[in-house]
Amino acid sequence: MSNETAFVVFSAIKAIAGFSIMMFMVAYVVLAERRVCAFIQDRYGPNRAGPFGLLQPIADAVKAFIKEDFTPAHVRKVFFWLAPAIIMMPAIINLAVIPFGSQLGKQPMVIADLNIGVLYIFGIASLGVYGIVLAGYAANSKYPLIGGVRSAAQLVSYEVAMALSIIPVLMIAGSMSLQEIVGAQSGGFFKWFVFQQPLAFAIFLGASFAETNRTPFDLPEAEQELAGGYNVEYSAIKFAMFFMGEYANMILASAVIVTLFFGGWTLPIFGLDKPAQTLLAGIAHICIFLSKLCFFLLVFIWTRWMFPRFRYDQLMRLSWKAFVPLALINIAVTAILMWIKK
Amino acid sequence: METITVKIDGQVVEVPATMPDPITGKPAPTTMMQACNLANIIVPHYCFHEKLPIAGNCRMCLVQYGTPVMGPDRKPILNPDKTPKIAKAPRPVVACSTPISPGMEIYTNTPEVRKMRQAVLEFLLINHPLDCPICDQAGECKLQEYTFDYGSPVSEFIETKVHKPKQALLGPRVIYDAERCILCTRCIRFTRDIVGDDALGIVNRGSYSAISTFHGRQFDNNYTLNTVDICPVGALTTRDFRFRMRVWFLKETRTVCTSCAMGCNILIGSRNNIIYRFTPRENDAVNSCWLCDFGRLNYKWINRKDRISTVFSKTENGVCEEVDWQTAIEKIAGYLKNVKPGTSAIIASARLSNEELWLLSKLKKLIGAMSDSVPRFDKADNFLLKSDRNPNTNGAILTGICSERIGENLQNIKNKIEQGELKTLIVFGEDVVKVGITPQILSKLDMLVVSDILPNATTPLANYLLPGCAAAEKSGTFTNINLRVQKFNKAIEPPGKARPEYEFLSELLVLMTDEKSGYTAKEIFDKMTAGIVGFNRMNWSKLGDTGISVEKANQ
Amino acid sequence: MVIKRHKLNLLDSLYITAIIGGLQVTLRHFFKKKVTLQYPEERHLVPPGYRGAPYLVKDQEGRTKCVSCQLCEFICPPKAITITPPGPEIDPSTGNVEKRPKDFKINMLRCIYCGLCQEVCPEEAIFLMEDYSLSGTSREEMIYDLKKLLSLGGVHYDEVMKWKKKANEAKEQKVFPPIEE
Repeated sequence: MSNETAFVVFSAIKAIAGFSIMMFMVAYVVLAERRVCAFIQDRYGPNRAGPFGLLQPIADAVKAFIKEDFTPAHVRKVFFWLAPAIIMMPAIINLAVIPFGSQLGKQPMVIADLNIGVLYIFGIASLGVYGIVLAGYAANSKYPLIGGVRSAAQLVSYEVAMALSIIPVLMIAGSMSLQEIVGAQSGGFFKWFVFQQPLAFAIFLGASFAETNRTPFDLPEAEQELAGGYNVEYSAIKFAMFFMGEYANMILASAVIVTLFFGGWTLPIFGLDKPAQTLLAGIAHICIFLSKLCFFLLVFIWTRWMFPRFRYDQLMRLSWKAFVPLALINIAVTAILMWIKK
Repeated sequence: METITVKIDGQVVEVPATMPDPITGKPAPTTMMQACNLANIIVPHYCFHEKLPIAGNCRMCLVQYGTPVMGPDRKPILNPDKTPKIAKAPRPVVACSTPISPGMEIYTNTPEVRKMRQAVLEFLLINHPLDCPICDQAGECKLQEYTFDYGSPVSEFIETKVHKPKQALLGPRVIYDAERCILCTRCIRFTRDIVGDDALGIVNRGSYSAISTFHGRQFDNNYTLNTVDICPVGALTTRDFRFRMRVWFLKETRTVCTSCAMGCNILIGSRNNIIYRFTPRENDAVNSCWLCDFGRLNYKWINRKDRISTVFSKTENGVCEEVDWQTAIEKIAGYLKNVKPGTSAIIASARLSNEELWLLSKLKKLIGAMSDSVPRFDKADNFLLKSDRNPNTNGAILTGICSERIGENLQNIKNKIEQGELKTLIVFGEDVVKVGITPQILSKLDMLVVSDILPNATTPLANYLLPGCAAAEKSGTFTNINLRVQKFNKAIEPPGKARPEYEFLSELLVLMTDEKSGYTAKEIFDKMTAGIVGFNRMNWSKLGDTGISVEKANQ
Repeated sequence: MVIKRHKLNLLDSLYITAIIGGLQVTLRHFFKKKVTLQYPEERHLVPPGYRGAPYLVKDQEGRTKCVSCQLCEFICPPKAITITPPGPEIDPSTGNVEKRPKDFKINMLRCIYCGLCQEVCPEEAIFLMEDYSLSGTSREEMIYDLKKLLSLGGVHYDEVMKWKKKANEAKEQKVFPPIEE
């Protein structure tokens, strides 16, 4: 097998595996969300389909497919069909640059190790806004339109804060390649950027809540005010696509947080912070990454059932008057400290 | 006319001094009840019925009254305010049989009167079984209504009730429940004085009194079911309607009986497109308050399962197939347009309405056809049932479908078909096989158009079979034996695709000529009366519920 | 009432304490005993006077109490009840009651459990029972007929037994035996 063939074959395998795991996780994060929220509210949640309700995602999927896919007469058909597809795309494309392990044998556990990985992620993630705006516009009725417009404003605002917040991380790591950022965090817990840059982490975490439309920033889908927001006119599998898109974005956001602030696949014990030499260590790295990922997913879910929703003006103020200035100050302070250290 | 002025509950009314006796028609002094009725003040009563002789036995109509006090000069003594001084009578009187006198004041709603009514009701209910849930009269029961209005919530009587016969057969059509009977004798008076069949009387004594037929007599005259109508309680119920539907569910349609030429006014009680009963409707010019049993029970065929409910057409090779109305009417119109005068005939039933017969007579003129109707005579009785059993013979004569001697043309039509002169026959609502035009003769025709309600020997032979409506399923007018034009109204929906004959006849005529005859019975009637001498000056809204006689309209 | 808003101190204005407090509350509830009723296995006990599905009852002697007076059919606001009265044939098995429904249908899909049928019934023959979860796989199945309603309704203890009392009274009087055709 030539190098090129091997590259294509292994990339394909990795892409398919990554995609499958992601879809699988989407399904079960939905279930986890429902169970966790139920438990927080003193309920059991879906526990009927299969043992502990584990087959619930299948039941949900079947339901989403066989329900009537209703297209209202007044919608703009092309955009109406396009929006649910667009909403899923950024999360899946971004998966390509996330290092979900060190290596298995000779194969690096990342689909494409770009040297501008971080830039790529931000570039693609900002496309997510199109899905929501298009959905709101396509529905051609007032509530979805209001929902779409205000979420566009929200996403754009928090992208700024998010991007500014990680600049100190990039400055310390000295690279935009995600594998190298992970590498820069090896050698002790305190090498993790969450300890080196707690403010950056806090801003990034907050902004990623907002970017993924999670509580307390879930204004785009505010049931009470907007009867659901941009997805009002959608039903059946198209609605499910929005739902899945939200959870895919949540998984991606967790993956980025883990990679940028929590050492990615590394664990500074038993020498697990160096690229794996054995197959076993390689698998262990993947497991470590997934565990960290799951932890953050839980945090996302937990937060959702704790917070009330922000008011729209509070949301904007938080971004432009708190996160953005703080991030700028953080950049300056980091730069000064780095200059002094030199 | 001599009048008397009385004051009823403070309302001054002037009433005739005498009113005709319901049986003899001779003038009789006006009673308090009649005066109250004229003043639209209702005095509760059981035994009184304005068409029956007075019995005065139920005591429900007790009222108080007073008369002016006369001075020695036989002039009323006046109060200081110039009103005549009234001396209140010490005891109440029954309003139904007490004549009025000038200046009398009648009090029908004083606390004393209400108390008396309560007491009377308590007596009437001593042995009453209080079984309204299983009583057919419930809902139209005067005992129920007055107990609701005036009755006492409890009874002073704690003794065991006397039990009397229940669901006893008083005649072949009437069931008698003696426990519910209040012995008002309305039924006895009706059979004796109105029908002249003195079959009923009261047997036994005291609490055991009950209505019964006299020994060896049968209560089976043709008017027995009227006793059920006039029975104010649930003592008499009809065997036909018994336990079939509660009366409060029935939709009542004002219409006319079609069983004979009399045209008695009736109410059809129907629910959910099912006819449950006919009851008489008052029309003093026709049937007073009565209806014969024959007409009353002649409704069951309307709900029959084998009603013709689709339009059939016979194809070239003799196979019947369903077609829609439009196709059938268009094809018939196309055929009739090319019919030569003198080669066709119309046999239209005298059970069709005036409007339909008029449309058929227009068709007759258009295609140059001969026409007749089928006579239908049977035994008459001496009261309401006439020997002519067609409800609209006079309508057929007036519209020119048949002559005064109905049916004289039938033999002629038959012969001409046999000779091959007549090639087209249009039959509406009659079985021509029955009057001698056999299937062999009918087979000589080129075209046989039949419209009917129920299948008969003629219907399978038709080239076009058009489902029509019973009178209860459409509106229209009949001209009765005394030339009174009366409206009948739609009570229920026709089955399947059946439509009123006037509807498709006027469609047919519109296709054949450009003249529009209207599509509702009202439109057609108003057009018709303008065209026919007998009917002129009439219009649909003037007919009202009780009709107008032809002579009267002509004056 | 006017609620005073306290000015937040620095720690509070960072929301940190509030967030931690919130997380504590939700975490505590996460491990609390659950209140959910596991429905098909566990059923909640309905209080007395509960208005469930209306059924027909028999008395302790097995007689259908309904006499098809059709008052419930009349009062029923959604027109869920359809009664077929027995018709004119005299049925000797009904005794002095004379009347018994030929059929009694309640469309449970239309029933709104208002209880007016029970209230209006002069014979205490229909009662709203404790059933609150009726299910079926077709519309036809949800139209309960006389047989089904009687079997679901069971027996209602009747202290008075008025029809029997009447029949006994009549028997003792020996005056008029019921007339037969």
